Amino acid sequence: MTETEFIETKHIETKEEIELRHLDTLCTNESQLVHPWWYNFKYTIVGIIFGIVFVKAEIISWFRIQEMFQLTSFFMYGVIGTAVAVGAISVFFVKKLKLRSIYGEVITFEDKEFNKGQIFGAMIFGTGWAITGACPGPLFAQFGSGYSVIIITILSAIAGTWVYGKFRDRLPH
Amino acid sequence: MFELLKQPWHWALSGTLIGLIVPLLLILGNKKFGISSSFRHICASCFPGNVKFFKYEWKKEIWNLFFVGGIIIGAFIATVFLTDPASSISIAPETVGILNSYGISDFSSLMPVQLFNWSNLFSMKGLVFFIMGGFLVGFGTRYAGGCTSGHSIMGLANLQKASLIATIFFMAGGFFSTNILIPLIFKYLQ
Repeated sequence: MTETEFIETKHIETKEEIELRHLDTLCTNESQLVHPWWYNFKYTIVGIIFGIVFVKAEIISWFRIQEMFQLTSFFMYGVIGTAVAVGAISVFFVKKLKLRSIYGEVITFEDKEFNKGQIFGAMIFGTGWAITGACPGPLFAQFGSGYSVIIITILSAIAGTWVYGKFRDRLPH
Repeated sequence: MFELLKQPWHWALSGTLIGLIVPLLLILGNKKFGISSSFRHICASCFPGNVKFFKYEWKKEIWNLFFVGGIIIGAFIATVFLTDPASSISIAPETVGILNSYGISDFSSLMPVQLFNWSNLFSMKGLVFFIMGGFLVGFGTRYAGGCTSGHSIMGLANLQKASLIATIFFMAGGFFSTNILIPLIFKYLQ
């Protein structure tokens, strides 16, 4: 494992730190491998593909989101439904075949415990989703697509996340 | 082929490609698909303040910011090189009717340019659609523990009950917003 020699930010996390990193977040990095930072560019390439799909499928469109919630078009239900089905079949096979990552690491899955945030927080996000016409991924894609004013929406979303973090202890979970 | 790419893509193709991001990230590095966490990592790296929630090893999650950076680049590429500038989005006539009643008449672009432009920023509409809307997205996704990507796609694909509950309430919030809140916003904010 020669790449470990490049470690820039070697940091042994305590159990408490790991728990903190996982708080209220599904997509934490469980990989134990440490790579040089530029290894992350492969995720940029995946992001580029994703960004192209977002625009070409018109998922970033505020109009499509209005249609979805006005029940006047099947389009977004088709996109999300297909994505869930393909994702679920993929996860099933990754588990069944005990697939490993390209670095030979076993792919792991963690269960997410229910808390009341998944009701209150989800309602709040849903309300914002219809107003902005975008969930977080499409927000970045709207900005990249040339709607420069969306940078204000993104900054507001970052502010919203910060305020949540600040008052997290006082909110029902 | 290239001309075909320039047409809007079918929902089944788009959904399949999005679904395939899930195993791609797993195989590339045991990474779980999700986007809203990027807001948290930006907070943690730029202005953690003295908030415990932002004091974690964010460098371990930096892959997520590279991923998000790619989304911005990909959207730019698709718009500049893969879109026919003369094309316009086709929207369900019922929705066109409702939006017309709000004063939205320009359907030439993916976004309603009458609403999402810089000159609206310091109006009440700007306050609602950019600042309040963005705030609700950032606050709500973190409170819920994920967004449409993390819960509705990755979480449902991994058969998580918590993600199913979250998805149901995402939709509930969206239906409320679109059918009750947004009509009121357009009625009272002119």
